[in-house]
Amino acid sequence: MSQFAQAALWSLVALPAAAGALLATIRRAERVAAPVSLTVAAASVVASAVVAVARPSVAVPFMAAVDFALTVDGLAALLALMLTVVTLLVLAAAAGEIRRSRARFHGLMLLFAASAALTVTAATLPTLLFAWEIMGAASYALIGFGWRDADRVSAGLTAFVTTRAADLGLYVAAGAALAGGAGLALADLPHSSPGWRHVIAAGILVAALGKAAQLPFSFWLSRAMAGPSPVSALLHSAAMVAMGGYLLLRVQPLLVATGWAAPLAMWAGALTALLLGTVAVAQRDIKQLLAASTCAQLGFVVMAAGTGAVAGGAAQLIAHAATKALLFLAAGAWLTALGTTRLADLHGVVGRWRLVGWSAAAGALALAGIPPLSLWATKDAVLARVLEQSPWLYAVGLAASALSAAYAGKLLVVIWRPLPPSGRRNVDAHRDHPGAGQVRFLQQAPLVVLAVGAAYAGLLALPPAGAMVARAVGQPGMFHATPVELAVSGALALAVVLLVARRPPPEPKWALRWLGLEAAAQTLVVRPTLRCAQALARFDDQVLDRGIELAAARSLRLAQHAGRTDDRGLDAAVDRVAAAARRLGRLARRPQTGQLHQYYLQAIVVFVVAVVVLIVWG
Amino acid sequence: MLSLIVFLPLAAAVALAAAPRLSDTVARWTWVAVAALDLGLIAVLWARYHTPPPGELAFAERATWIPGVNSSYHIGVDGFSLPLVAMTAVIYLACAVYALRERHRPRAHAALFLFLQSVSLGLFVAADLILFFVFFDLSIVGMYFVIAGWGHGNRAHSALKFFLYTFLGSLALLVGFIGLYVAATPHTFDMPQLTATPPLQGRPLAGGLVLAAILLGLAVKTPAVPFHTWLPPAHTDAPAVGSAVLAGVLLKMGTYGFVRIAMPMLPQAWRAWAWAVIAVGVVSVIYGALVALAQSNVKRMIAYTSVNHMGYIVLAVGVAGLVAADTAQARGVAVAGAVTQMVSHGLITGALFLLAGVLRDRAGTYDVHDFGGLASPAPAFAALFAVGAFASLGLPAFSGFVAEFQIFTGSIAAAPVTAVAVLGILITAALFLRALQQVFTGDTAGASIGFTDLRAGELWSIGPLLLLSVLIGVLPRPLLDVIEPAAHAVVGLLRR
Repeated sequence: MSQFAQAALWSLVALPAAAGALLATIRRAERVAAPVSLTVAAASVVASAVVAVARPSVAVPFMAAVDFALTVDGLAALLALMLTVVTLLVLAAAAGEIRRSRARFHGLMLLFAASAALTVTAATLPTLLFAWEIMGAASYALIGFGWRDADRVSAGLTAFVTTRAADLGLYVAAGAALAGGAGLALADLPHSSPGWRHVIAAGILVAALGKAAQLPFSFWLSRAMAGPSPVSALLHSAAMVAMGGYLLLRVQPLLVATGWAAPLAMWAGALTALLLGTVAVAQRDIKQLLAASTCAQLGFVVMAAGTGAVAGGAAQLIAHAATKALLFLAAGAWLTALGTTRLADLHGVVGRWRLVGWSAAAGALALAGIPPLSLWATKDAVLARVLEQSPWLYAVGLAASALSAAYAGKLLVVIWRPLPPSGRRNVDAHRDHPGAGQVRFLQQAPLVVLAVGAAYAGLLALPPAGAMVARAVGQPGMFHATPVELAVSGALALAVVLLVARRPPPEPKWALRWLGLEAAAQTLVVRPTLRCAQALARFDDQVLDRGIELAAARSLRLAQHAGRTDDRGLDAAVDRVAAAARRLGRLARRPQTGQLHQYYLQAIVVFVVAVVVLIVWG
Repeated sequence: MLSLIVFLPLAAAVALAAAPRLSDTVARWTWVAVAALDLGLIAVLWARYHTPPPGELAFAERATWIPGVNSSYHIGVDGFSLPLVAMTAVIYLACAVYALRERHRPRAHAALFLFLQSVSLGLFVAADLILFFVFFDLSIVGMYFVIAGWGHGNRAHSALKFFLYTFLGSLALLVGFIGLYVAATPHTFDMPQLTATPPLQGRPLAGGLVLAAILLGLAVKTPAVPFHTWLPPAHTDAPAVGSAVLAGVLLKMGTYGFVRIAMPMLPQAWRAWAWAVIAVGVVSVIYGALVALAQSNVKRMIAYTSVNHMGYIVLAVGVAGLVAADTAQARGVAVAGAVTQMVSHGLITGALFLLAGVLRDRAGTYDVHDFGGLASPAPAFAALFAVGAFASLGLPAFSGFVAEFQIFTGSIAAAPVTAVAVLGILITAALFLRALQQVFTGDTAGASIGFTDLRAGELWSIGPLLLLSVLIGVLPRPLLDVIEPAAHAVVGLLRR
């Protein structure tokens, strides 16, 4: 059994990875793409069920004396099941929606699913980082799926670079863990030496906040909505973004051990839930509204990690995954049918496509936190723990729940109420679009399943299942049902939804623009970096390179100078010496006349000169 | 066996040069066959390789050469050289396949590259400083002719600049080698002997000066900032295969010198100057990445990312000199990462330069602004370029991640301040994705119109390089099992 379970664990990652790589690279796989990917996704569901029961661990040596290790504990078991089921449902829906480049789409989705499964089961930091960054790259490729549109690719770039900026935290954390002496296994991190432990916690916290699109990184998720709807349904709600929250739940003991990281995570989550909730309320596009609400809902998970409510956080992740995948798929169905994601154009869609509409309405109600649907219970499981630690934070959390009721209510009102006459023209313009007005069966069936999940996943946070989940994630006895708070938040959600139905909520500019986060990142980071790069490139060309060229030119000039000195100085001097010697020779030839009387005369002159010299010096 | 591997390409080169009647096709395929055979021999060598005992080399061969100065023909391999030898053979084979379409004097082209292959292999197996130096200089001569003879653009100027600059560096290296020779008792150029009893211990000034000379020579070849300005023009004007060899193999001669010569033979001086090396490494990482970000010429951009990637290696070997008892493990990890990076960069950047060569071949330009929407007419080219770009930016599942993860964790654990170098992978990510976006996405425009997709020869030369990178990235153990003992050994040697 154990070997079988280990094989199941490997295949949970390896099977979708191999199938995805093949589909993405082999040409002419268009026809088989969807059947293959659905088969693989179904097999992954089975594999995740096996590992959820058997809880195996596997490891092979990797690098830096650390293993490439996968393990399944209670938390990983829950999340792996959630992941594979949502993947299967989303792929099934996408099989109806994605008509072009199917092989590339399904290949990339499977690669993504493999990396997400690896993230969930990773037991060491290198394994985690391995999976973590591939998720980012798959997300880039999927957001930019429609690459003929440069804007979509640019959105992918923003998403990848922003999340990678946060991922640097994991690299630093790995270095710190190596220095910390307790090893790079995730479970051992809290035992690192105290100084390094702070660095590890800080690095992981930054990486997780980046992936979970928490403040200040949230803006990348807004841009990521340029991708196809099924991509948003899987990556930007159920899986990749959720992994940020999951990582914090996993390293919750480390956060507690540092003393400061847990409260920081709590506040980061609470602020994101509050501010991005406001952003969601102000949005006029369904995908933007859902994206902002994803940030806000993940804020509750981050809060859960900070406050130590691991079971509540896990339940919130699962409930949110079902709800949000459902809503994104519904948005995708309406997009193919109507060609628009503008809220103004979606009035009354429930009436036109009942199955999709009612499922989406159930999802929106769950998102609003209406009892007895899922997010009502899971969010409250988190908030109950927060109340034990800080009433202020509880107040912020409650306000954030009210906001989620507001944006979900806004969505609900739009899709439920029939179209006002002024908006009808926009929709009519899309009537001629191929496939307009249809919602295929394959797109509908998964929505129903997800709607059931969105409705009932809350049971995970209510007795008796709640206590079981708490035991599974290693926190037995940490589960308390809190009827009063449940009642308070349920009543609040109901009241806010009713209020929104009567009066449309305000849409302030700053919230509509996602708090100006992207603009700020552009102004504060991107543009200065690009300017700095330009300046350095100029420096490289005009100073460093010019300096070398100048040095070479100077050497050449020096050589020419030396050559001239050589020609005009040394060589000329040699020439002059030679000429003088020649002249002397000519002079010396003069007396050689050959006539005897002249030689006598010369001898007498020499004799006289010699006598004179002797007399004078003598 | 080792001598056969080194000199087989040279023999083929001589044969090609001496047979003027040979048809071009035969010359081209001879190159491919010899390169493949050499790679096969190296595979056999790898299969039979066992980590040699400390201070010794595997498959060592020794013959008297210049006995007057105690210099011998001494060759052998260990965990540093074997991976580089294998990587070198892979790159040259890829170049041989890529060059099957070379039309300009293919026989001389093949002979020159076979000569360069012998020189490169010889350098990595050399166990004698004079032998090392001879191969070091011959590589410069060979590459000069490649750029000047088969390059484009301002090739005469670039080739001359490359030659003079790196030749000047090699002279500094020679001065350093002579310094080692003079200081050693008995005087010798033998590497294992110099490693076993390092000269200049306890003489900080002389040791520092000799190290400075060697470092200067290696830094020019590597190249490290600020000695890198010969690299971009040399790459821009070199033919694609020349660039692949230059970046893939020749740059490694510099970084290989650090772990083979400078660190084990001058441990005290290395420790004393470790922070200077680290500073040069960190500056190279950040500076190289930022300058690459500002480039619009694809080849210049890849050239500057090479400066960035070599910076990681310099950083890691610098960190290895920060000797402290409790960081030995971390520093070993960093050095293992550095050697992995040498292999990884060779494969990935070799592939990227070959891909850049396709741009020039089809469109006659390297400027990203001349292209747009290229993925539409050339999907295979786009896919391979994207894979190469992600490999180069250090994505997991590629060899670059294995290298950089080890370098970062090892460096940060030994010297936390080096954490700033991680910014390098963020900037390279941004610059590669920007280039991808500009060249491949959007509407098909400019030079992209009518662009022919990859041909079989191109696919079969570039594809295997990237596939190997994936293989190392997913299953790094076979490579790391070879590298790690040597890396930890050199860290131990630095304690002396």
